[in-house]
Amino acid sequence: MSERARFADLQGPALRQGLAVGLATGAYGISCGALGVAAGLSVWQTVLTSLLLFSGGSQFAFFGVIGAGGSPVAAVATSTLLGVRNAFYGLQMVRVLDVPRFVRPLAAHLTIDESTAVAIGQRDLRQARIGFWVTGLTVFALWNLTTLVGALAGDALGDPRAYGLDAAAAAAFVALLWPRLRGREPLATAALAVVLTVVVAPVAPAGVPVLVAGLAALAVGLPRPAGRAVA
Amino acid sequence: MTLWVAVLLACVLAFLLKLSGYLVPEQVLARPWVQRVTPLLPVALLSSLVVTQALLDGSGTLTLDARAAGVVVAVVALVLRAPFLLVVVLAAVTAALVRLMAG
Repeated sequence: MSERARFADLQGPALRQGLAVGLATGAYGISCGALGVAAGLSVWQTVLTSLLLFSGGSQFAFFGVIGAGGSPVAAVATSTLLGVRNAFYGLQMVRVLDVPRFVRPLAAHLTIDESTAVAIGQRDLRQARIGFWVTGLTVFALWNLTTLVGALAGDALGDPRAYGLDAAAAAAFVALLWPRLRGREPLATAALAVVLTVVVAPVAPAGVPVLVAGLAALAVGLPRPAGRAVA
Repeated sequence: MTLWVAVLLACVLAFLLKLSGYLVPEQVLARPWVQRVTPLLPVALLSSLVVTQALLDGSGTLTLDARAAGVVVAVVALVLRAPFLLVVVLAAVTAALVRLMAG
């Protein structure tokens, strides 16, 4: 068994990248904490999402639906649909990590956008493994710490609107969406989702338009891309 | 469903999804249509959340207020490659200032 990390491995790019991504991502847990409390969750509920849900997009979505007056059921549904991509990250990581069964739940919990991105960006398997664990653990530690700080600060601030925290929530969604908008299909999906939301919102209870807009992914993604590969 | 139940349920479901990637046989998740739709799902949901959060009022009607100004500033910041936290802070400051000026 020569699977133990050697000292030389830690001098590769994965450790540095993992720490850098971990620090940058961990820092914005501040906004996660503040927005959770602003949406109406308690400090404990907000902190718990970072500890147990631990997927920024899903957390922001949960807060967004609750904050807009949506039902808890709609919040769970939106948050869960946003987490579907993590299953596919796991599919990629299970081959890279090759961990024993009992470590898989821990690896799964740390499987998020950032840890997966750093891992699959490495050239060899050993660096990929270091990248995954360093990024995942750094983000997890900092994200939870900064969420607590943000939640306590948000709780102390009072009226969230006076500090523009509702606009901060909108900006967080824009920033999460931004890097995913490359290419024709994502742009078509976004456009259709916007139209669906605007049309459905006046007649549906809060939280439901977001779920209806999820159909845009099916409408754009389901048709087979016939003959397009030839072009 | 109380808020507490919702929080815990969302946590459990998020974890089960993550774990499924490690346990479910590859063929189940590797179907072509699933692979085409999956990356588009966050795009659809986040686009809708942007509209809901920035442009709709409590009754679901389109409204232009301080939040929209915040989002415009956020987009400019993203074009200029600002980091996430700065984008969010700039949007909040913009909306707060607009409200302050509007009295």
